[in-house]
Amino acid sequence: MITLKINDTQHEVEAEPDTPLLYVLRNDLALNAAKFGCGLGQCGSCTVLVDDRPVYSCLVPISSLGTRQVRTVEGLANAEGPGVVPAAFEAEQAAQCGYCIAGMIMRAEGLLSRTITPTESELRQYMAPNLCRCGTHMRILAAVRRAAVAMGGGVKEDRP
Amino acid sequence: MTKSRTVLSGVALILLFAGVGAASLLFRSALPAISPPAPDSFDRTLVKQGEGLAQIGNCTGCHTMSGGKSFAGGLALKTPFGTIFSTNITPARETGIGAWSRAAFVRAMREGVARDGSHLYPAFPYDHFTRASDRELEALYAFLMTRPPVEQPTPANRLVWPLENRWLVAGWNLLFLREGPSNDNDRGRLLAEGLAHCGGCHTPRNKLGAEDTAHAYDGAWTDGWYAPPLNATSPAAQPWSADALFAYLHTGLSKTHAAAAGPMGGVTRQLSQAPDADVRAIATYFAGLMKDAPGARTPLAAIDRQSEIDKSDPEGAALFAGACASCHAPGAPMMQQGRPPLSWGTPLRVDSPHDTLHVIVEGLASPAGPTGPTMPAFGNDFTDRQIAQIVAYLRARFTDLPPWPDLEQAVAAVRKGVGQ
Amino acid sequence: MSTISRRSLLGQGALVVAFALSGKAVAQEPKKSGLPGDLEKYPELDSWIRIDTEGRATVFTGKAELGQGLRTALIQIAADELCVTPGNVDLITADTARTPDEGVTAGSHSMQDSGTAILNAAANVRALLTDAAAWRLVTAADQVELADGIASAPNGQQVSYGELVAAFSLHVVAKPDMPRRTKGRRLIGEDFPRVDIPAKVSGGPAYVQDMRLPGMLHGRVVRCPSDGTRLKDADFDVVLKLPGVEKIVREGRFTAVIARTEWQAVKAQRALQTAGWERTGAPLASTDLTKTVRGMPAEDVPIFAYPGPPAPADARTLKVTYTRPCLLHGSIGPSCAVAQWENGGVTVWSHTQGVGPLRKSLAELLHLPPEKVRCIHVEGSGCYGHNGADDVAGDAALAARAVPGKPVRLQWMREQEHGWEPLGCPMTVDLEAQLGTDGRIAGWRHQVWSNEHNDRPTSGGGLLAGREMEPPFPAQKSRPIPMPEGGGARNGNPLYALPNASGVFHFVADRPVRVSALRGLGAHMNVFAIESFMDELALAAKADPVAFRLLHMKDERARECIEKAAAAFGWAARKKGSGFAFARYKNLGAYCALAMEIEVDRATGAIDVRRIVAAVDSGEAISPDGIRNQIEGGIVQSLSWTSTEAVTFDPTHRTSFDWSAYPIVRFPSVPRSIDVHVIDRPGQPFLGTGEASQGPAAAALANAIADATGLRLRDMPLGADKIKEGLGS
Ligand code: FES
Ligand code: FES
Repeated sequence: MITLKINDTQHEVEAEPDTPLLYVLRNDLALNAAKFGCGLGQCGSCTVLVDDRPVYSCLVPISSLGTRQVRTVEGLANAEGPGVVPAAFEAEQAAQCGYCIAGMIMRAEGLLSRTITPTESELRQYMAPNLCRCGTHMRILAAVRRAAVAMGGGVKEDRP
Repeated sequence: MTKSRTVLSGVALILLFAGVGAASLLFRSALPAISPPAPDSFDRTLVKQGEGLAQIGNCTGCHTMSGGKSFAGGLALKTPFGTIFSTNITPARETGIGAWSRAAFVRAMREGVARDGSHLYPAFPYDHFTRASDRELEALYAFLMTRPPVEQPTPANRLVWPLENRWLVAGWNLLFLREGPSNDNDRGRLLAEGLAHCGGCHTPRNKLGAEDTAHAYDGAWTDGWYAPPLNATSPAAQPWSADALFAYLHTGLSKTHAAAAGPMGGVTRQLSQAPDADVRAIATYFAGLMKDAPGARTPLAAIDRQSEIDKSDPEGAALFAGACASCHAPGAPMMQQGRPPLSWGTPLRVDSPHDTLHVIVEGLASPAGPTGPTMPAFGNDFTDRQIAQIVAYLRARFTDLPPWPDLEQAVAAVRKGVGQ
Repeated sequence: MSTISRRSLLGQGALVVAFALSGKAVAQEPKKSGLPGDLEKYPELDSWIRIDTEGRATVFTGKAELGQGLRTALIQIAADELCVTPGNVDLITADTARTPDEGVTAGSHSMQDSGTAILNAAANVRALLTDAAAWRLVTAADQVELADGIASAPNGQQVSYGELVAAFSLHVVAKPDMPRRTKGRRLIGEDFPRVDIPAKVSGGPAYVQDMRLPGMLHGRVVRCPSDGTRLKDADFDVVLKLPGVEKIVREGRFTAVIARTEWQAVKAQRALQTAGWERTGAPLASTDLTKTVRGMPAEDVPIFAYPGPPAPADARTLKVTYTRPCLLHGSIGPSCAVAQWENGGVTVWSHTQGVGPLRKSLAELLHLPPEKVRCIHVEGSGCYGHNGADDVAGDAALAARAVPGKPVRLQWMREQEHGWEPLGCPMTVDLEAQLGTDGRIAGWRHQVWSNEHNDRPTSGGGLLAGREMEPPFPAQKSRPIPMPEGGGARNGNPLYALPNASGVFHFVADRPVRVSALRGLGAHMNVFAIESFMDELALAAKADPVAFRLLHMKDERARECIEKAAAAFGWAARKKGSGFAFARYKNLGAYCALAMEIEVDRATGAIDVRRIVAAVDSGEAISPDGIRNQIEGGIVQSLSWTSTEAVTFDPTHRTSFDWSAYPIVRFPSVPRSIDVHVIDRPGQPFLGTGEASQGPAAAALANAIADATGLRLRDMPLGADKIKEGLGS
């Protein structure tokens, strides 16, 4: 039995200690948002936050988490709605198939929890680990910019 | 601190030499400024040759900032003596080398003196470039002078007192600058010791920062990374044949060794584009130097002591299985595709864990061009203790070598970006 | 929005649609019965629409949501025509037990086939509702107002749809030529928010990958790196003893493992893969498959022939060759299916593009009568053509047969998706043209070499597992897809008015590697070639590329589209590094013109796409924002294909097995901006849009590179290394 702290709730899970967090989130805890994309740390569709830092949950064995807090898209929602970043994605209609989107949202959360005034290059560099095959990039970037503004900041263009 | 003491004694020594040195060595004359020659005034074959040489020399490795314009400089190089910013070597008139004549360029390459007569710091390996021929320097000049000019000032260096006085370098030159032959019928050696300046990373340096030629290619530290020996003391598990080395230099990956990481990644990115014949010559030269290394004489079979180590270190085993096995376990995709087993990789076999730690904490970018091996960074995923556990497990499972001591501190050091 | 489809837990999704109307009637292309779209095949109204006593409408389509926005578009259409709120429409997508069989969802056909059928069926149902309401409210039918599921009479009396439905049957044959409604608030033409997005941004179940059925087990198929290779036998007994492993399924060369948890299945799969593999197929003759295919025996299929006098003797001839390597679909989520055996039959949940053909293939593979196989479409990760979806359905069905009663969820690993999915075909195009002294094209010859771009499963041999059976099911025969759709020949016929022009498809039946349909099929390459060549000719004629195109274009809508894109971009005052391209998808679908401005770093060859402006005419636009989304996505995907992608091989196997060996575009290198202008044409037939920007984006890039550097790149990928090399030093 391993205790995990996920979205402010303690969960006891019966899984082998080497199980990557992703499988536990999806199969044991029925949290759908994080997705299996590669299992190799190359696509970011499994991105969640561990203590506010984005990680590939496909490569984090649950035995390593200890008391660290895991946050997933499900944990961003509150009484008012889906949370600032997901709401921005919805407002920008930033999805085609949407398979990559939960990972995008969590990486964007990771960025905006560090700064709400990133530059455009920082934004793009920060999002670089996450892949989207549908080509939704322009809308995803727009959604993150919108979320930054909603949080009282904004993204500045810094490229010549 | 030993470092500052080293610097001070070095400075004393330099001052001594400077004192006795001829003023003509100390203070060099400025060479006249020219207006940048038109790019089409250079012969295209010469430019092309220069490009190959620039790739061999990995000029861009130091003279381009990450995300910056090519050859516009500004990259911070951390040395034991402080931080030096690389200079702008585009033909920009004000901030680059646009006003440099060929003579000024050749003097800088061979003697470490800028056009205005000031001394360059030996972080710029002019001690190696003495071995470049006139024709090669001419080609390099032609190549650089045909790049797009970028006006970008170089930030001021931050050096320990009193090294900001450039004339002190004259003493250093007196001590260490030896002109090597620029003709050598071993092309590989000529390039390795000359433009490619391999010793810059792989040869240990003395207290004054000069390469210790008595220990050429014994392995050394650069920027917190350990550049392994390239001679008979090579720790490689498998022979570095000329072919294997060529493949490695050319693609950043050897199927019997590992992928190029850290500063070497930048080198292979350049060599992947350099002329094959030159890269092959370098490979042949070093294969010769390493032919008597233990792994060359008796290649090591791949080691995997999984059943044993999984029992003795179940925590490490769980971390490995969850985080690393997706690529590195037998049967996993990388292994099915013929990537080298971990036990053949040099990083696990050297005396220091730093290279292994760097790769785990920072990940690995494709070492040659857009396609090639990559590895995600695990710095955010694990605590220092967990990374230390993983590395201890790797060393135990995939080598027959004694455990590394003080791993946790080493992780912390790598995270802070301080190496050896 | 989020209330929509609460009954259909899974399979939400979404793209763009546009509509076909001929004159006042709804009918698009009346067929024998006079019924439009797939109403022809399923004429009864209740095949398409049912209304329950609560007044909720359930709409059935045999088409599948592929991430293109289909659900939203169909709901929008049905709600609009039925006069109900979209939240009161449930949409049931492709299910062999419930919905009409509408073949595969591909080629931007959904709106023509299904959208038209639903629009017409809804118009019929509305007429029946109106009549019933008139009778109940004792008024004339033309006095009845319908809105939000309520019928009202002029005197204010009302009756709900729920109360009306008992009065008549929907099990009646549709009438053709039902007029579209003319009064009331319209949903069509609005930027309608996608119905599937709320679940996708909040962690709701949205994909087949998210299915969790009671008692479900997890499967993994065990394969070597790629097609033409064979795994050596592993130690099955050892693996069987691993924790959680329930079964190892072996039939012929097919091997799968079933375990209690997904992670246990993965570990067992790896253990089975340790034994190594060998090549059984013929060695891959050459690593350059494009050249290989061009050199293979081919059947010559004419594409088009436009008459005209022979080119004058003083005309200049230009002749060039363009090539494309194999490309990967590369869905972000590896293919996945859930299968469950019960009572000697099987149910398979799949993100296939065609539940009907998949059922047929599975029935053959499993030796079952088709009635014993039920295929239900559930959305997966975006598909872009024939990827691993059908194959994994076969894998899951075979695995599940070993554990009757228990559902098995089987997902491919990344390396399996990369290593086994059918590839986009390698292609070569030779173009030759005569340019008259008057600056006009006087002759044109298009030749394209390729395998056919369609190997979709219609038999057991169309599935990977079928090829692994002992004896294997025979491989499917490939046949050229006839024009005007075409496969390898698609868009090989320029829309320009060219005299003395012809084209031929050198169809190569043998497939040296596994290839099939990739978004746009031959259009990506043919348009790339034609539109690159138009610029080369314009250069030779010293003409402005846009003016040169207009000089040769008679189609009014095409001209308007080109002019719109050029004006919105500011073509007249463009900077160096600008490129333009245009095509009408299949010469039947949407028109798309785009202009692009790039900067090239001459030292590295790196491309910085500063801005892209596109104009698109999809006929009547159902949701302009949906169209913009598709076009933007198509542009970014096409730029990735065109500038960075190529599947790699060595003589033994496919070596691009992950995202490091087959990189695709990442955020730092996507364009700075993309601006899409939708030309709405109310009342005009809708035109398929999903694949319209692939070709123009590719050619505009090549043209912009040529404008920026003087370098004409004709062999994809047009990467930084090629630019750098081409520029020399
Ligand atoms: S699934 Fe974790 S990075 Fe791709
Ligand atoms: S929206 Fe489909 S992968 Fe990103």
